[in-house]
Amino acid sequence: MSAATDKETETSAPGAPPPAVGVEDLECRYGETIVLSGVSFSVREGELFFVIGGSGCGKTTLLRHLIGLMKPAHGIVRYFGENFTNEDLETRRDLLKTFGVLYQNAALWSSMTLGENVALPLEQYTALNRREREEIVSLKLAQVGLAGYEDFFPSELSGGMRKRAGLARALALDPRIVFFDEPSAGLDPVTSRKLDELVLQIRETLGTTMIIVSHELASIFAIADRVIMLDHDARGIIAEGRPRDLAAASDDPRVREFLTRGEEKA
Amino acid sequence: MPAVPVKASAETVVEGDDLVVTLGGAWRITGPLPAWRQMLGERSPRAVRIRTAGLERWDSSLVRFVFEVQDWCRNAKAPCDATALPETVRHLVGQLEQAQDKRLSADHSRNFFAELGLAATDLVRQTRQFADFVGECTLSAIGLIRNPGRFRWRDCLSEMQQCGAMAVPIVSLSSFLVGLTLAYTGAIILRQFGGDIWVADIVGLSTLREMGAVMTGVVLAGRTGAAFAAQLGNMKAGEEIDALETLGIAPVDFLVLPRIVALTLMTPLLAMYANCLGIFGGMVVSASVLQIPPNAYWIETQANIGLSDVSVSLIKSLVFGMLIAVAGCLRGLQAERSAAGVGRAATSAVVTSILLLIVADAVFAVLFNVLGI
Repeated sequence: MSAATDKETETSAPGAPPPAVGVEDLECRYGETIVLSGVSFSVREGELFFVIGGSGCGKTTLLRHLIGLMKPAHGIVRYFGENFTNEDLETRRDLLKTFGVLYQNAALWSSMTLGENVALPLEQYTALNRREREEIVSLKLAQVGLAGYEDFFPSELSGGMRKRAGLARALALDPRIVFFDEPSAGLDPVTSRKLDELVLQIRETLGTTMIIVSHELASIFAIADRVIMLDHDARGIIAEGRPRDLAAASDDPRVREFLTRGEEKA
Repeated sequence: MPAVPVKASAETVVEGDDLVVTLGGAWRITGPLPAWRQMLGERSPRAVRIRTAGLERWDSSLVRFVFEVQDWCRNAKAPCDATALPETVRHLVGQLEQAQDKRLSADHSRNFFAELGLAATDLVRQTRQFADFVGECTLSAIGLIRNPGRFRWRDCLSEMQQCGAMAVPIVSLSSFLVGLTLAYTGAIILRQFGGDIWVADIVGLSTLREMGAVMTGVVLAGRTGAAFAAQLGNMKAGEEIDALETLGIAPVDFLVLPRIVALTLMTPLLAMYANCLGIFGGMVVSASVLQIPPNAYWIETQANIGLSDVSVSLIKSLVFGMLIAVAGCLRGLQAERSAAGVGRAATSAVVTSILLLIVADAVFAVLFNVLGI
C-alpha cells in the first residue's frame, strides 16, 4: 500500500497513524429510501468496536457498505487512511486483503471441506506452496479451536463450530481488521461466550481490529471497547462511547432503554 | 502506516558449528517471503539459533517459517534455540505443532458393495415414497370431488396462468421449429419420388401423434416441473411446510393438488396449440421451399388426420401434464433443507419428469397399437 498524506483523514492528529477504519458522512440508501445518513466515525487499530442498535436500524446495511458489498450514495470509507469507496478496482482489491468478514451464517462454501475453505484465500493471494498452505490452514483452525477438522464438510459441524470455521477463513490472510455480522445469532449463551473469548484472544495475539455488528447485550458489555448505536428513526448514530458509561449516563433515553433492555424504570 | 514497508528478511550467519538465523522486516503472508530450504542450501549445522533484529510486523507467515526451521531441526536432530522470538510467536508455533499431530479422520469414501447396497435400498425407498405420494394425491383428489368448496381455486388459477399462459411463447417457438424441421426432413425423401405433397401427411401425423404432446411435455418439465420443485423445496427449507402440518393442513391438499390440477388442465391446451403451430411450420416450409400452395397443404392435412389422432394427442398430453406436476411436487417435498438441496430437487424434478414422460410415451405407443387407434 502506498501512503499518501493527502488521503489521511482530517480527524487524525498530524503525525498520528490514521485510524484503521474511517467513515466520513456516509449515506446509505435502498433505491429512494434513505436508511442511514451523515454517519461518521473512526476505529483505532486494535480496538474492539461494536455497532449496536435495534432490529431494522441499518446495522447490517452499514456493514455491507463498509466492506464494499454496497456502494454508498454519499460519503467515504477509508482503511488506514486509504480511500476504499472511490478508488479503482485494483486499489479496492488490494484493500480487500486488509480485512476479513465473518458472515452471520458463517457462509462457508458447502461443497468444500473446512481445509479447502480456509485455503482458498491463500491460493488466491499468496505464493505459498501446497504444503505451506496446509500448515497455515492447520494453524488457523487450531487458533479457533478446530485443530484437526480439515477434512470435514461444513454440514458435518454444529452451528458454533461453523462460526469458528468461518472465523478461521476470515483470518486466513491475517487481516488487520475483522468484521463480524451478528456473531452470536443462532448460538446458545455458552457457545456465544466462548466465541467472545476467542475474539479477545485473537486480538491479544495478533492485534487485530475487530468491528462487530450485534445486539447481544452480554457480548457488548463483556468485550466492547467502544460502541456506536444506530437508530431507525434518527437514520444515524445516536450515541458513541463505552457501553457501561452509556448505560449509566447517556442523555438519550433510547440508548439507556436499549442497553438496560427497557428494565431501567422497573 | 509505515511509508515503505520493509520486506520480510531472514539472514544466516555461521558461528562455529551453529547457524544463526536473524529474522527482520515486515512479514506479510501476501508478500514475498524467505524460503528456509534455499537459505540452508547444502549446509547441515549442528544447531540453529533464531534471533530477531528490526522485526516490524509479523503474521502467520513468520509462525510457519519458524515451524519449518524447527521441523528441520527435529529431523536433523539439531537443537533449535528460538527463545529470542516474541512470546506470542512461540505460542502460535506450539499451537501449529500440536495441530499437526491431531488430524481427525473424516472418511467420506465408501466401498463398492456399501454403495451398491445403499443404492438398492434408496431405490426401494424412492419407489415407496412415490407410491405413497400418488396415493395421498388420489385421496386428496377424491376429497376435492366430494367437497369442491375447500379447494384452493385461487392458487389453482394463478398456477394455471403461470404454467399455461406464460409458457405460450416458448411452446410456440419450439413447436413451430419442430414442424419446420419435420417438413425439411420429410421433403428429402419424398422429393425423390415426386411426392412432395405427402409432407403435409408426415408433418400432420407426426405432430399430432407424437411431437406436439412430447415437445410440450419436455418444455413444461423444464419450465414448470423445475419451478414446482424449487418452490416447494424452498418452502420446506423455510419450514413453511412444517407450519402447514402443525396446523393440521395437509401440504398435498394445500400446495400439491392445485398445482397438479392446473398443469393437468393446461398441458392439453398447450399441446393443441403446439399441434397447430407445428402444422403451420410445415406449411411455411412447403410453401416457400417445395412450392406447395398453403390451401393444397391444408386439404391434404385434413384428408389424412382424423379425430382419433387429435384424441391421441389430448390423452397423452393430459397424462404428461399430470406426471410432470406429480414429479415436480414430489421432488420439491423430498428436498433437503438447504440451498443446495433445493437446486438438487429442481434438477431431479426435470430428470424424473422427462424419464416418466418417455416411459409413458412408449406405453401409449404399444397401447394405441393394440387398440388400433
